[in-house]
Amino acid sequence: MDKVLFGDNQFFAVNHLSDEKSREQAVRFKEDSAIIRVLDQAIETGINTFMCTTHDRIANICDHMRANPEKYHDFQIFPGMPYAHKYANAVTELGIIGTIKQYVPGNIFGTFAKGGMAYLSKDFLKLMEILIDAEMKMFKGIKTPVIFIQNVVTDMILGMKAYDAFIAYDEYIRKKYNSEPGYITMNMPALLDALNSVGIKNPIICSSINKIGFRMSGGKEIYEKYLREKEFRPIAMQVLAAGALRPKEAIEYLGNFPRIESVLFGASSKAHIKETKELIEHYL
Amino acid sequence: MIKAGVIGLGKMGISHAAIVSPHKDVDLVAVCDTSSLILEGFKKFTKARVYDDYKKMIDSESLDFVVVATPTRLHYPMVKYALDKGLHTFCEKPFSLTLKEGEEMTDLAARKSLINQVGYHNHFIGTFREMKRLLAGGILGNLVHFTGEAYGPVVTKPKSGTWRSDPGEGGGCLFDYASHVINLIQEIIGKPVEARGSQLKKIYSKEVEDAVYSVLKLETGLTGILSVNWSDETYRKMSTSISVIGEKGKMICDATELKIYLKEPDRNNSFDRGWTIKYLTDLAIPVDFYLRGEEYTAQIDYFVRNVISGKQPEINTFRQALETDRAMELIIADSKR
Repeated sequence: MDKVLFGDNQFFAVNHLSDEKSREQAVRFKEDSAIIRVLDQAIETGINTFMCTTHDRIANICDHMRANPEKYHDFQIFPGMPYAHKYANAVTELGIIGTIKQYVPGNIFGTFAKGGMAYLSKDFLKLMEILIDAEMKMFKGIKTPVIFIQNVVTDMILGMKAYDAFIAYDEYIRKKYNSEPGYITMNMPALLDALNSVGIKNPIICSSINKIGFRMSGGKEIYEKYLREKEFRPIAMQVLAAGALRPKEAIEYLGNFPRIESVLFGASSKAHIKETKELIEHYL
Repeated sequence: MIKAGVIGLGKMGISHAAIVSPHKDVDLVAVCDTSSLILEGFKKFTKARVYDDYKKMIDSESLDFVVVATPTRLHYPMVKYALDKGLHTFCEKPFSLTLKEGEEMTDLAARKSLINQVGYHNHFIGTFREMKRLLAGGILGNLVHFTGEAYGPVVTKPKSGTWRSDPGEGGGCLFDYASHVINLIQEIIGKPVEARGSQLKKIYSKEVEDAVYSVLKLETGLTGILSVNWSDETYRKMSTSISVIGEKGKMICDATELKIYLKEPDRNNSFDRGWTIKYLTDLAIPVDFYLRGEEYTAQIDYFVRNVISGKQPEINTFRQALETDRAMELIIADSKR
């Protein structure tokens, strides 16, 4: 994995500190061309990995990449699925079964020919595979060497102790996409223990890692202990703690943990991208 | 370890199950739903025993508490049954469809001294909690006006939906979205006693309102505006905010930041004159497990602590939720005028 992973929150009005900022971002990135311009600036600074959700608009970005193969030859995407708000809002409106019906491609009764929903109920893993394939469709022809599950889903599975789902995900991503499975979580130590307990060793785990312990469930101490002592491939996100930290002190902190392989960050201006990238390369 | 059961495995029920299960003091022993698909999933992937009948679950398991996360219409029979059997009860919001049922549940919980809580989770968001503390300390002086708002993209085109689009089940923007805002106004600023100019507006839904607008008068005499719309796709997710203006300044609060403007410095809180902004990063309540927001775990932590200690709760009691139901009744009645 590259040391520097460029994120997409800024493009989709995700700002953990300010709803007002979110709105400004929504205005600024209204057109896909504005997103592409910033991505191109990231590429100009030497960044080659874009880590993004499966937001509908990413499909347009993928189209652009496929249309310009030379320009994006070295560029790769780490998808994170699903774009959770899409499903969360759908579940509020349509219920769980209604949401499955809406997002499983084709006629669900056709997909599960043998008795429709009754058959489905015994084959959740097949359903998971269909949903993964649906989300992955937009990346066809683009390099996706690592594929992540988003924290809402990871942590839901973790909370329910439904660890068999992790095994199934892990196997499917390797087999079908020939990619490395990754996990985004807000509960890194608990997740690593869970994955290890079902035989998933040395996993790629992306979690909040920052000096003030923001969104580091269970506390900063246990995170630091795991970063020092455990075997896994950590990616640090929310390193600026939603803007509470200055870039230099934030990234200097990460330098205490040599095991951290990559840092995920988003920025909207070339100067910010360049500054953060240089800091990461200096301290990591 | 205390033993828990979850009744209703929709969006909130599953989320509660995933938070209760890893809790260090709780064993999630049973879940209940009517969907065979969902029950199969729990049976296959989790250790909880599954039931399709809540009475059977409560009778067969020796539970300490239940979480009731079913459509609102079903709260009354389920909560009542649980309380009758001596179980502490966490109930999702809104509390009840009729005040009579709400009163009965509230009285029963009080009579049996059982821990009772309703899922108005915004009270476990650090920013709203800080706003309440500052207002209670009188930081703004005499209050002049307030605005309570929530917007989000739940129903953004015409189509039929679930129980949330059925008024008889407790669906609609008033019960689902506005209840949160009304409850925040009630607990942070003051209890609404009168509603005027209320509008329950349909935008895309056929059966229920998609927006709620009203002028609320509180028992202190203060009036303010309620403006809630769940068909506003300019928001990525539900965004709730409360603003209050007083003689000494103003506060604007949402789930991520609290903005305070003061005409004069405040020595008690060491705020300067002008704007001070407090962020969630400093105010968030620490939790051991995170799913969708600290507040969802923090509210369960609070409930579990009270169940274990036997201490009666002060936040999100049945009685407070009943007051919110009462305020919603005022708005409905006013909208028909």
